[in-house]
Amino acid sequence: MTNPQGRFGIHGGQYIPETLMNAVIELEEAYNHYKKDPQFQQELTELLNDYAGRPSRLYYAEKMTRDLGGAKIYLKREDLNHTGAHKINNVLGQALLAKKMGKTRLIAETGAGQHGVATATAAALMGMDCVVFMGKEDTERQALNVYRMRLLGAKVVAVTSGTATLKDAVSEAMREWTTRISDTHYCLGSVMGPHPFPTIVRDFQAVISQEIKSQMLEKEGRLPDAVLACVGGGSNAIGSFYHFIEDEQVRLIGCEAAGRGIDTFETAATINTGRVGIFHGMKSYFCQDENGQIAPVYSISAGLDYPGVGPEHAHLHDIGRAEYVAITDDEAVEAFEYLSRTEGIIPAIESSHAIAHAMKLAPQLDKDKIIVVTVSGRGDKDCAAIARYRGEDIHE
Amino acid sequence: MSNIANAFKNGKAFIPFFTCGFPDMETSKAAIKAAVDNGADLIELGIPFSDPTAEGPVIQRSTLGALKNGVNTNKIFKMVKELRQEVTIPLVFMTYANVVFSYGGEDFFAKCQEVGIDGLILPDLPYEEKEEFSALSEKYGVDLISMIAPTSHERIAMIAKEATGFIYVVSSLGVTGVRKEITTNLTEMVEEIRKVTDVPCAIGFGIANPDQSKRMAQIADGVIVGSAIVKLLEKYGKDAPEYVGAYVKSMHPRNLL
Repeated sequence: MTNPQGRFGIHGGQYIPETLMNAVIELEEAYNHYKKDPQFQQELTELLNDYAGRPSRLYYAEKMTRDLGGAKIYLKREDLNHTGAHKINNVLGQALLAKKMGKTRLIAETGAGQHGVATATAAALMGMDCVVFMGKEDTERQALNVYRMRLLGAKVVAVTSGTATLKDAVSEAMREWTTRISDTHYCLGSVMGPHPFPTIVRDFQAVISQEIKSQMLEKEGRLPDAVLACVGGGSNAIGSFYHFIEDEQVRLIGCEAAGRGIDTFETAATINTGRVGIFHGMKSYFCQDENGQIAPVYSISAGLDYPGVGPEHAHLHDIGRAEYVAITDDEAVEAFEYLSRTEGIIPAIESSHAIAHAMKLAPQLDKDKIIVVTVSGRGDKDCAAIARYRGEDIHE
Repeated sequence: MSNIANAFKNGKAFIPFFTCGFPDMETSKAAIKAAVDNGADLIELGIPFSDPTAEGPVIQRSTLGALKNGVNTNKIFKMVKELRQEVTIPLVFMTYANVVFSYGGEDFFAKCQEVGIDGLILPDLPYEEKEEFSALSEKYGVDLISMIAPTSHERIAMIAKEATGFIYVVSSLGVTGVRKEITTNLTEMVEEIRKVTDVPCAIGFGIANPDQSKRMAQIADGVIVGSAIVKLLEKYGKDAPEYVGAYVKSMHPRNLL
């Protein structure tokens, strides 16, 4: 392979039109330069701390632990970040990088709207133009987030092509980037797409596991036994796993969205149900039919409603370093309600997939074991949808 | 040298694109034959992909339309086999890497050779990833067509040096589809290519009217037209072949220069 650092085992790579090749090469060169630049790192740390509110808390969920009667549960509170999710970590990094590269315009895709809101926020902060592509169906499901983005000065484009959801928003953002490269940075929201995005986004999200590690050592004097996070594209999960990959005794567990079940077609559990393919710039696992057509996927969670998964997760799965479990809509909704009731924390429906697995895992483990669950975002945005799921119609 | 060279031996070439199975298999076959009867020198056959990230709205609609009608890779191989009983000019597939990968690279290339496909255009397989299929391309004599874009700059020599069949010169930034104006300095791009290879160059993306066709043919060895043809199929449906034939005639650079 010409470009070995773009690969995670067989996965990753740069499967994109020639028109974009120089753009990703330019991005890689800039990133390699600035990641070693102390001034860039200092500016980013200041933004993360003073603007986004880092470090995020590692909270001992005592009531939940007692109630489940097994392993000790800690919650990594990414939901407390500015804009309400882990997405801001990556966006501040990329926006700062884009600015250093002389770009004046950010484009982004968004599913539930969290990444779109984070990108619009960073663009407002840094005085950049911003266009967010969002599946038309999602703009209707997440009208409040559309308003937030507009309030922040971004333009929201409702994507009607294909299935009008997250994958189509990614395709449309890629198309837009091929049309306008010189002043525009594509601020990709997850650890996916062509190299160097999976590496850049991982590095900007790795602050999560870096903090978990030092906070855990401080509180417990040892490493956790397991780290759990939800996986769509997989950015909060890779961020939560990264600094533990070398610590083989720490189990890494990614929680995919099974939708109505992995034995149905209404699922988005890519590693559990997909097979290796090439799409959106990368080789990885994808939900697809026997002809290689990308399958329409389904999950109650718009943020996990994506037919692929980041190439590093695909590799961690291949080598057996991380486990990927599938959580159904029902289980996630129960976990959403359970954490709200038990700890007074309303998790995003995405993060609820990880909570749901913790509810299964903790009782199976001894009381001296410790698990960390990343709460990737807050659940306010999901309240109306969950109410509907429970048959209650409320207006946002 | 592959059969593709034959497309360029009679002077400037005209290369129409068709989405296989749009609006249906029979019409698409008839339209292809009409293009051949009216002087097309090489045909680009699109195998529909659910998420064609390099295409504009017209071709996107046609691929989704074809897929909805149940078109798949095997049905297209069968269609090519039938076409080959009458059509002798070079035929190349244009699709996305996952369609080939999912079929099984070896099986796909073997089948291309068997039915008489001369080349393969994969817009999401740039120079850096060509190894994915380059050994198979050689083994089965199916050229992997290289693309060069207005943003390629210093990459041109590297790509052109290894190009086989023909070089697909992308006329402008963005996705496929009709454009009012093409502003890229294509003369300069083709000159850069000419410094390192004699492989023919054909220009595509956004070419829709005879004026553009003529201008592009003055710069390169061939002209590729996609969206404008697919639009005719969208507009006229089963009656489209007749219109496609007339359009090919009106656009063919040999009738214009």
